[in-house]
Amino acid sequence: MFEYAPAPESRSVVDLKPSYGLFIDGTFVDPTDGGSFKSINPASEEVLAEVAEAGAQDVERAVRAARKAYDKVWGPMPGRDRAKYLYRIARLIQERSRELAVLESLDNGKPIRESRDVDLPLVAAHFFYYAGWADKLGHAGFGANPRPIGVAAQVIPWNFPLLMLAWKIAPALAAGNTVVLKPAETTPLTALLFAEICQQADLPAGVVNIVTGAGETGRALVEHPGVDKVAFTGSTDVGRAIARSVAGTRKKLTLELGGKAANIVFDDAPIDQAVEGIVNGIFFNQGHVCCAGSRLLVQENVADRVLESLKRRMAQLRVGDPLDKNTDIGAINSAAQLERIRELSDAGSAEGAERWSPPCDLPDRGFWFAPTIFTGVTQAHRIAREEIFGPVLSVLTFRTPAEAVEKANNTPYGLSAGIWTDKGSRILWMADRLRAGVVWANTFNKFDPTSPFGGYKESGYGREGGRHGLEGYLNV
Amino acid sequence: MSERVAVRKTYKLFIGGKFPRSESGRSYLVQSSNVSLASRKDARDAVVAARAAVKGWAGATAYNRGQILYRAAEMLEGRREQFVALGIPGDEVDAAVDRWVWYAGWADKVAQVYGGANPVAGPYFNISAPEPTGVVAVVAPERPALLGLVSVIAPAIVTGNTVVVAASPTEPLAAVTLAEVLATSDLPGGVVNILTGAITETAPTLAAHMDVNAIDLTGVTDAALATDLEVKAAENLKRVLRPAPADHDWSVDPGLDRMTALLETKTVWHPKGV
Repeated sequence: MFEYAPAPESRSVVDLKPSYGLFIDGTFVDPTDGGSFKSINPASEEVLAEVAEAGAQDVERAVRAARKAYDKVWGPMPGRDRAKYLYRIARLIQERSRELAVLESLDNGKPIRESRDVDLPLVAAHFFYYAGWADKLGHAGFGANPRPIGVAAQVIPWNFPLLMLAWKIAPALAAGNTVVLKPAETTPLTALLFAEICQQADLPAGVVNIVTGAGETGRALVEHPGVDKVAFTGSTDVGRAIARSVAGTRKKLTLELGGKAANIVFDDAPIDQAVEGIVNGIFFNQGHVCCAGSRLLVQENVADRVLESLKRRMAQLRVGDPLDKNTDIGAINSAAQLERIRELSDAGSAEGAERWSPPCDLPDRGFWFAPTIFTGVTQAHRIAREEIFGPVLSVLTFRTPAEAVEKANNTPYGLSAGIWTDKGSRILWMADRLRAGVVWANTFNKFDPTSPFGGYKESGYGREGGRHGLEGYLNV
Repeated sequence: MSERVAVRKTYKLFIGGKFPRSESGRSYLVQSSNVSLASRKDARDAVVAARAAVKGWAGATAYNRGQILYRAAEMLEGRREQFVALGIPGDEVDAAVDRWVWYAGWADKVAQVYGGANPVAGPYFNISAPEPTGVVAVVAPERPALLGLVSVIAPAIVTGNTVVVAASPTEPLAAVTLAEVLATSDLPGGVVNILTGAITETAPTLAAHMDVNAIDLTGVTDAALATDLEVKAAENLKRVLRPAPADHDWSVDPGLDRMTALLETKTVWHPKGV
């Protein structure tokens, strides 16, 4: 591999405060019964800021602020005015996108190339898209005068901190709800910068409230009786627990959970394009992607060629400083996640699969994991069944389309799938049979605010994005 | 000449297109008849039958499913007097017939109304279409015994789901007689399975069953039981349909909700290029 000169993005654009409070009722406040925690840069383990941890009373305050804003301001406000606030937010995100992208890479560890070119454009687009729905809800197919639900409790993960915030807040506000959002404990900083953007947009106080904290804060929020709607993105286990906790209440629930997507490569696929798709499918965002193509199903007669090409391509991937514009794979988000990836990868070796990584220098500090593939994987192996949520690909083979479908669907998950073939009729035949909410044919990991996203089976229920994404935030 | 001795009907379960007795050999006396008292094993057998029917029914054309639902309306119309003899008011039978017809028409329209092309910001073909969620467990409303039952079965199956229905425990005869209607409507065996007996026995088994994709709690009036069923359903993240009691006016236009609650949306992307 030839040398690249370092091309670091400047972090001077980010003005970090030493500590952050909770964003409740339009202002930053200190927690009343909570504590604080530190958010670190996973690429260096340096402390970025101290962040308030909301306790039950803080959650109570936030829910009350959201209720008041719903009753007095946001609920009664005409849709066209809600739209203008959302358009304002979209514009402010575009204007401050560099700052947000750098902060996202600092706090999350993802390459600046991705936060700059994928996350931030999608975040702005999401607000812009849903802004336009706010005064057109009667045309969305949910009746002539659909009503908002009320106060939405939203809990989001650390893999796409700002993008998941946008997926949650934009449709909720467009539909006329107010929100209390809890960002993940390892990536709270861009949500707090977003709170400043809400202030800058003069968004009425209490419409958006951000309570930072870990699992206990999330539980207090989701179980709060003053909440009418719960939206969660994260692991299937936590999703199950949330589904149990809302049982017997009238809370409306949408869940976007784990996945173990099959990325299926047929022998007539253009190999180079398919390899790009495989790499994008599993190594995008360090594989911290619920819809990652983590199971490669390759047709047996081309398996050797595909693997050879894949390994050659993997050797070109640059792992390292997330703020370097040449970096392909950044840092693993946390020590805990790195441990989980290691544990499952070790299980892969122990169960007899063959492990391969390209030669790869990893930085001394921070959390890193080299891009890894396992061959000789069977459907019984843990690495073929469990979500690893890291840059680890399990390779299986198949002979017939029917076998590919059988193997692809042999999972409790059903979030996404990929198909690589030159034959159009085969794409459509496969797409009909794959039990997954998103099917990418001859592409992978594409997202758009107009395109509904969400899972079958234990990948959750409800859709985010598009007209469908409004349904979870309306009383229909 | 002596009066003719009537041939009485045995009311049994409806599983996989057949009319078996409960494997437990039990029955209970209700509406002056002995009706099968379904066991947990019967519920599991019904799920197996429902799962086996998914591939064919979900894979049938929408036109075909629509015709079969319409056929069910024809058969029900023809057996109107049977239901009246069971004590179902004539206008309820009429409404039930009309409901089959209404939903039959949705088979090849719901995908157009609920899905469509998405104008993504890039050179991609992108389309969302609804698909059936799979096997649906349904706790039917206790009454109206016929219209309530048809109103929960039709929206579930018209889109390609298969169902296991826990029928009204107090008025099950209409459910078993409806099974006879369905058995003569070209509906493939296993698409609709009907269990009679105690909700408290069958519903928890269905709610906890790992091969059931969704549960409709419309007929559950006991709040504690409903909560328990929801908790059980969370284990494999079943879709839970839990209408507010106020929504149970079966005479009004049902809208799309019952269909869409039991649908998954699949979105397919493909690049455009030369």
